[in-house]
Amino acid sequence: MVPETYYTMLSAILFSIGVVGVLVRRNPLVIFMSIELMLNAANLALVAFGARFGAADAQVLVFFVMTVAAAEVAVGLAIIVAIFRLRRRLSVDDLSLMRW
Amino acid sequence: MELVTFFGVAILAVASALGLVLRRNPIHGALFLVVNLGCVAVLYLLLGAEFLALAQIIIYAGAIMVLFVFAIMVLIPGKEETGPDPLRPQRLLAVPLGAVLLLEAVLVLRSHVVGGGSSRFPGHQPGSPLAAVPPAVRPGGIESVGRLLLGDYLFAFEVTSVLLLAALVGVLTLAKRKAE
Repeated sequence: MVPETYYTMLSAILFSIGVVGVLVRRNPLVIFMSIELMLNAANLALVAFGARFGAADAQVLVFFVMTVAAAEVAVGLAIIVAIFRLRRRLSVDDLSLMRW
Repeated sequence: MELVTFFGVAILAVASALGLVLRRNPIHGALFLVVNLGCVAVLYLLLGAEFLALAQIIIYAGAIMVLFVFAIMVLIPGKEETGPDPLRPQRLLAVPLGAVLLLEAVLVLRSHVVGGGSSRFPGHQPGSPLAAVPPAVRPGGIESVGRLLLGDYLFAFEVTSVLLLAALVGVLTLAKRKAE
């Protein structure tokens, strides 16, 4: 039996790597993938806590998080494609204004 | 045995996450992320969440990552991060800040409120909550998840379908070319 603390520690490590990825990278697609990494780390922590308290509710919650993540990815990628069509360039530093 | 599996998968997960952040090519990053999602699915299996492990493979590794790879292929990447970086000092600052965040998260998780030690929940013995219950009635199996999903959480489940429909319509609107 692996202690649940190990899972939460791993989740913290993955989340921090995702945060650094969001802050360091300039390609919006990679930033988006780093956000997915952070979502997954949070899900892992949630399932680990749920397993410790013997409750299945955490798994239902994680299932909803996955669904929302799927919707978020679809809308986000559509926005990135729209921006690329408008600018022919893909760097988050260009997008400092909320209008174009 | 379980511990060996856990550490093997955990090392693979951290390595693939680092690969996602460090590799310049977004396609490599996407493939690293697929490996990472598979590792998390194995960890779900170790935690006894079979349903989530399968959903993780199908939804994330199957659907979402195909979408990502497709978008990367469409948007012709590769040259975006090679130019001069006007914000380089800030980006270098991000790494120590990430390390500080990790330190804080570890400290919080090791504290008595969240981590081991005395639990604030009455009737719960810290230690081996899962091993004490026989596997047939162990909460967290695929059957109890299904009962919760279509029982207590039925309304949220239905709202989720509305959310997916809204996302579908929104993506169609955003990605539509203006016919001029």
